[in-house]
Amino acid sequence: MFTERMYQHNLMRFLLLFSRQGKLRLQKWFTPLTDREKKKVIRDVMALVLARPPRSCNFLHWRDIKVVYKRYASLYFCTGLEDQDNELLTLEVLHRYVELLDKYFGNVCELDIIFNFEKAYYILDEFLMGGEVLETSKVAVSVSMENADTLQETMEEYMNRPAF
Amino acid sequence: MHTHTAMSPSVPLQEMIRAIRSARTQCEERGVIQRECAAIRAQFRQADNGGRSHNLAKLLYVHMLGYPAHFGQMECVRMIASPRYSEKRVGYLGAMMLLDEKQDASLLITNSIKNDLSHSNQYVQSLALCTLACMGSAEMCRDLAPEIDRLLRASNSYIKKKAALCAVHIVRKVHELGELFVPAARSLLSEKNHGVLHGAVVLIIELCEQNPETLERFRKTVPDLVQIMKGLVLSGYSPEHDVAGISDPFLQVRILRLLRILGRNNEGASDSMNDLLAQVATNTDSTKTVGNAVLYETVLTVLDIKSESGLRVLAVNILGRFLLNNDRNIRYIAMTSLQKIVGTDHNAVQRHRGTIVDCLKDQDASVKRRALELSLALVSASNIRSMMKELLLFLSSCPPELRAHAASGIFNAAERYAPSQRWHIDTMLHVLITAGGDVRDETVPNLIQLITNASELHCYTVHKLYRALLLDISQQSLVQVACWCIGEYGDLLLKGDCQETEPVQVTEDDALDALETVLQSHMSSPATRGFALTATMKLSTRITDNVDRIRSIVSIYGSCIDVELQQRAVEYNALFRKYDHMRAAVLERMPVIEKNSPGHTNGESTGEAVKDVPTAKMKQGEPLLLQQPANQVCDLLDLLGGSEETLQPGPAVDCLVSGLSVHAAGTAGGDLLDLLGGFEPAELSPAPQVLAYDKGGVTLTLSCEKQSDTGLTVTLTASNSSDSDLSSFTLQAAVPKSVQLHMKAPSGDSLPARGTAKVTQMVVLNNPNKVNLKMRVRVSYTRQGSPFQDTVQIDSFPGLDAAGQ
Repeated sequence: MFTERMYQHNLMRFLLLFSRQGKLRLQKWFTPLTDREKKKVIRDVMALVLARPPRSCNFLHWRDIKVVYKRYASLYFCTGLEDQDNELLTLEVLHRYVELLDKYFGNVCELDIIFNFEKAYYILDEFLMGGEVLETSKVAVSVSMENADTLQETMEEYMNRPAF
Repeated sequence: MHTHTAMSPSVPLQEMIRAIRSARTQCEERGVIQRECAAIRAQFRQADNGGRSHNLAKLLYVHMLGYPAHFGQMECVRMIASPRYSEKRVGYLGAMMLLDEKQDASLLITNSIKNDLSHSNQYVQSLALCTLACMGSAEMCRDLAPEIDRLLRASNSYIKKKAALCAVHIVRKVHELGELFVPAARSLLSEKNHGVLHGAVVLIIELCEQNPETLERFRKTVPDLVQIMKGLVLSGYSPEHDVAGISDPFLQVRILRLLRILGRNNEGASDSMNDLLAQVATNTDSTKTVGNAVLYETVLTVLDIKSESGLRVLAVNILGRFLLNNDRNIRYIAMTSLQKIVGTDHNAVQRHRGTIVDCLKDQDASVKRRALELSLALVSASNIRSMMKELLLFLSSCPPELRAHAASGIFNAAERYAPSQRWHIDTMLHVLITAGGDVRDETVPNLIQLITNASELHCYTVHKLYRALLLDISQQSLVQVACWCIGEYGDLLLKGDCQETEPVQVTEDDALDALETVLQSHMSSPATRGFALTATMKLSTRITDNVDRIRSIVSIYGSCIDVELQQRAVEYNALFRKYDHMRAAVLERMPVIEKNSPGHTNGESTGEAVKDVPTAKMKQGEPLLLQQPANQVCDLLDLLGGSEETLQPGPAVDCLVSGLSVHAAGTAGGDLLDLLGGFEPAELSPAPQVLAYDKGGVTLTLSCEKQSDTGLTVTLTASNSSDSDLSSFTLQAAVPKSVQLHMKAPSGDSLPARGTAKVTQMVVLNNPNKVNLKMRVRVSYTRQGSPFQDTVQIDSFPGLDAAGQ
């Protein structure tokens, strides 16, 4: 299924967050796949990653893509890459996302992501887009989130607010 | 967070999540979810009640758990159209999670997206851009591309960077739209904002990879890119973009990627980035992963463009340093990179061979796999001995999933670079001992072929194999080779003295014990037992005292349940009882097996593993040729004038045994032909017949048929016009040395008087060197109790020209 997309030089094809028990906490897909295909990817990749012994290399091969994963406390952050992409940089991308979550939630833990999953997605959408890094500055992402949250929490209708 | 509850009775999002999580069983969870979904559905149907965003969020959570949520698709569409940001936010999130371009509902949001792209609030614009880049169909992309282009040129940085990546998505979906974005992309390179710059670089990469002409145009930007990069590398500390001392590694890596694309296959562009790449390579701090990520990208770029050799060496050296890094990840990517260049920069990679070989001992399976690949690629004639030591060591402890690959890699390396035959045999034996279960089927005949070719080492080899057999009979391939050798070279084994190994006394009983152990062990596969039985039989001509023991073994197996073994045992029995005079010749030492000779396939050439007994009733004619022991066969050679021409008995003597059918049981007395019983005489070919011999009433005619460029079938027909019957009528043939001869079984061996019946026999010839074809035929028969022999030489064959072509 991935091999048909010849020209998609994404940084990433998907991003998955899951627990050691195999519970999915976040799924972001950067290529169009059917529900069935998505379920298969989740099943296979999760099984591969959860089977890895503790001090393993963070890269493994699955079909025609490279899987890069890193464990943070009880959550695995896992992404699939094109063969020509830079795995080391991808580790930095995963790390940056964790930092952003941490900044936003303050000492983030899995429960934060469970109970505020939509926020995790909003933060992700300020950091990555279409599988590529969107904003390289941590501060800029934080500021955007703050502003968007503020916007959301006001009860006033849009029509009444001045433009930003 | 979600403090404002609606007037609706539905439970706020977090309470629902709590309820789901407290379910103790899957069944309970399903129950909770069903209830919630019902409530959500009801809420969707109601009018706007202020709590819509919560409901959709709940549905999205349920969806993430794996439950169906398509009934929420229309709600997403509605929410996106709402004027409230809170509802838009969740609506767009829902669209990205529940809708994809294949759904009809996705078309319905095109209009909302279009409107929101020009919304006065950038956060609303952002939602639209994000969603378009996530699931925009080709049609939507075509529709909205001009709007994106507008945003690329005239908006703030926040929107520009999003528009850039949105453009990337559009270009991937609809390649032709690339042209539209070229000017905007070009001008974005002069922006200062890193987010925008990064987006611009990504967009340019996409445009260049899609269109070679665009790539040409963007080559002019190389100096600008070099400048930007220099700024990042040499600038002081920038708190906003700093990651462990590296200034914006994400942007640096992307720029390096673009430079790679622009420098590929272009000397000019490669030259202008040379200095920069050297600078990055030397100045980047490699103590943390982030620095190594930049170095890695630099190395990839250097190796892909037309860089000067000094820079290439620098790049390979960086990879070499990576191999020594404590971080396993870095060792891993170093090896994948080295693997890619081991063909083109072989010598440079060889310099790091020691480190690579050390990685064979790494704990991590991924690293081990890479190290194996690379090590095999680095084996050469000069390092074969030391490399093989390491590889064999690796084989003894490597993970099971790598063993087959390692074994076959070792065999290939051994075959290409073996410094001596003894080393080669030792190596193959070592592999069989260590990983015999993981080697391919052809290993057994390959090794046997190798052994036969190393004639000075037969004694050494059989001793070594015998010892290995005593230690372990579980590795089938090893056991098969060992049995074969013991059978074939048993005489050398028993002699005891061997220059290359310590002398050890092996008695006949010892050898037979070993073979019998294999025969009786439940670990031995049927094929292996076949090997052992045949080897036992062969020993009957190589030992002196214990032939009776062999007889009894063979006769026991005559009633074995395994049909294969039973057949062999019965045939061997027959050899003992009725054809004892032939036994020595049949079981004598085999000739050297040529690689790729007709007999050298699937182990059948050795006569051991006869997996498919020939179904044709016509059996090979070898038995007739070998009625005389070996020395008398040589007499025929003398007749042909010296050593140039040799009798062609065919590749494997042992095939005789396999060729005999099982009709022996129940045949009283009788001769060989009853055993071969029941085949039809060969059809006389309509080709021209030539009288080759005519004496004493016995005539021999022959006809030929060309089968191929070098192949020919000759049919000999004998007839008896005299008044007395002839019995034991046999024909033997000899041909020039390079010609291959194969005699099929004759139709019979009695020629009754007055030509009432004929005997025909087919001879298959192969003349690859196209020499002058001659054939000498010896005719023998018994007339009224007296044997008679005569010889005739055939110089011309009907249907062929004078040269015998």
